[in-house]
Amino acid sequence: MPIFDKFSDIRDALGALAQTGQNPLSVRFDEILSPAEGVVENRRVLLFGTSNYLGLTFDPDCVEAGVQMLRKSGTGTTGSRIANGTYAGHAALEKQLAQFYGKRSAMVFSTGYQANLGLISALAGREDHLLIDADSHASIYDACRLSAAEIIRFRHNDAEDLAKRISRLKGRPGCRIIVTEGIYSMLGDAAPLREIAAVKRETGAYLIVDEAHSMGVLGNRGRGLCEAAGVEADVDFVAGTFSKSLGAVGGFAVSDLEGFDLLRVASRPYMFTASLPPSIIASVSAALHKISSDPALGRKVRDNGLRFYRGLARQGFELGPSPNPVVAIKMPDREMAVEFWKQLLKEGVYLNLALPPATPSSLALLRASVNAVHSDEHIDRAIAAITRVGQRLGMIAPQASAVNGAKIPLPAE
Amino acid sequence: MAHKADEIAAQIIGALAAIAPASAPLSGNTKIARDLGLDSVAIMDFIMELEERFDILIPLDQIANVETIQDLSVTIEALMKDAA
Repeated sequence: MPIFDKFSDIRDALGALAQTGQNPLSVRFDEILSPAEGVVENRRVLLFGTSNYLGLTFDPDCVEAGVQMLRKSGTGTTGSRIANGTYAGHAALEKQLAQFYGKRSAMVFSTGYQANLGLISALAGREDHLLIDADSHASIYDACRLSAAEIIRFRHNDAEDLAKRISRLKGRPGCRIIVTEGIYSMLGDAAPLREIAAVKRETGAYLIVDEAHSMGVLGNRGRGLCEAAGVEADVDFVAGTFSKSLGAVGGFAVSDLEGFDLLRVASRPYMFTASLPPSIIASVSAALHKISSDPALGRKVRDNGLRFYRGLARQGFELGPSPNPVVAIKMPDREMAVEFWKQLLKEGVYLNLALPPATPSSLALLRASVNAVHSDEHIDRAIAAITRVGQRLGMIAPQASAVNGAKIPLPAE
Repeated sequence: MAHKADEIAAQIIGALAAIAPASAPLSGNTKIARDLGLDSVAIMDFIMELEERFDILIPLDQIANVETIQDLSVTIEALMKDAA
């Protein structure tokens, strides 16, 4: 049909993937046994690609809170936040989020994608300038398309390049709004937030930080990179998600700025969609309470990230630059990435296949994420399976594993 | 320094030659995405290189309607005039 002609490149790429036997885009989990294990095609697999950083999806308190609220308030709100879709639980969760971050106000959105879409598109008006990191998540790019502002891309994690681009705006009216992420989802690297905050102060810009992959993971209190880098006072807006560390679905934004709540009637992705079901709100609230009251959860996922990253580095794999709980294994090309991913699934380990243009610099990646529920045994078993496939495909030397315990230089934590 | 659109086009073609397939046709009418097989990220990275080369900002919202090398050079010419 001619209406689908525009997708001919995608059709070809999907055809090529289908020929390899297993299409990674249509993998189906027949059962999820725990945050660490699932079943694919009758095979038990270790889950190392779920962004379920604190492993709270099966936490008994979170599950119970959700179940109770499901029985009490029903399956859905069937309405928008500005109509019939704000229950006491939604308002209470916003208060809890604001308190967690020590900010004046919070807004809850129906997904993390919509949090970025709704926050950024509403904040950036016609004369304003959005300065976004080149490796920004698709939700940030889509937010830019929905906004009326001018969109400038700065080099990934390069505060100097950001400053240079802002200086090229000299004399132009409008607000400068910098958008960055805590941990980047593809390579697992963190933003140089202290340097970016300094640029923000020097140029009078506003700063938005998306902590989707760093909330609950970084910072002693789990507030993310802003806390870990000590720049919370410089960050005007924090955006985040309920679908990673909080184990459910939904998104949020928090801010100390007076006027923030005006976005409730200006942000279309907030207004024109149904609000989250009350059961989700209840489980998220329970999960946020866990993060607030148990700093060991964050420590555990960071330690697990370090163990996994170091284990793979020792085997000779080329990885992303920092040992965070997101660990990217670089593949020589797309074909090898698909083959590696398939063989690894047969070995009983699931991680994410990430191909261009979803990746930076046209990289083909296997993207892994560890969680706080992974045991040392899970991690070592995953490293062993990845090593077997890497050796079989000739990506790493067979002897590399012999240098057991050898010290190799690793990036600082 | 004033650049005319055709001079700018020549510079774009020079820069594209480094990243496009050797067999790709490069002229003002070349469609950057379709004819050169570049994905959206590769095109945005290329735009960033042009920003350095011409010392300007090329906002992403302004390249949404750019299809050919000629379109791009006209856009850059206008942006350079604004920045001057």
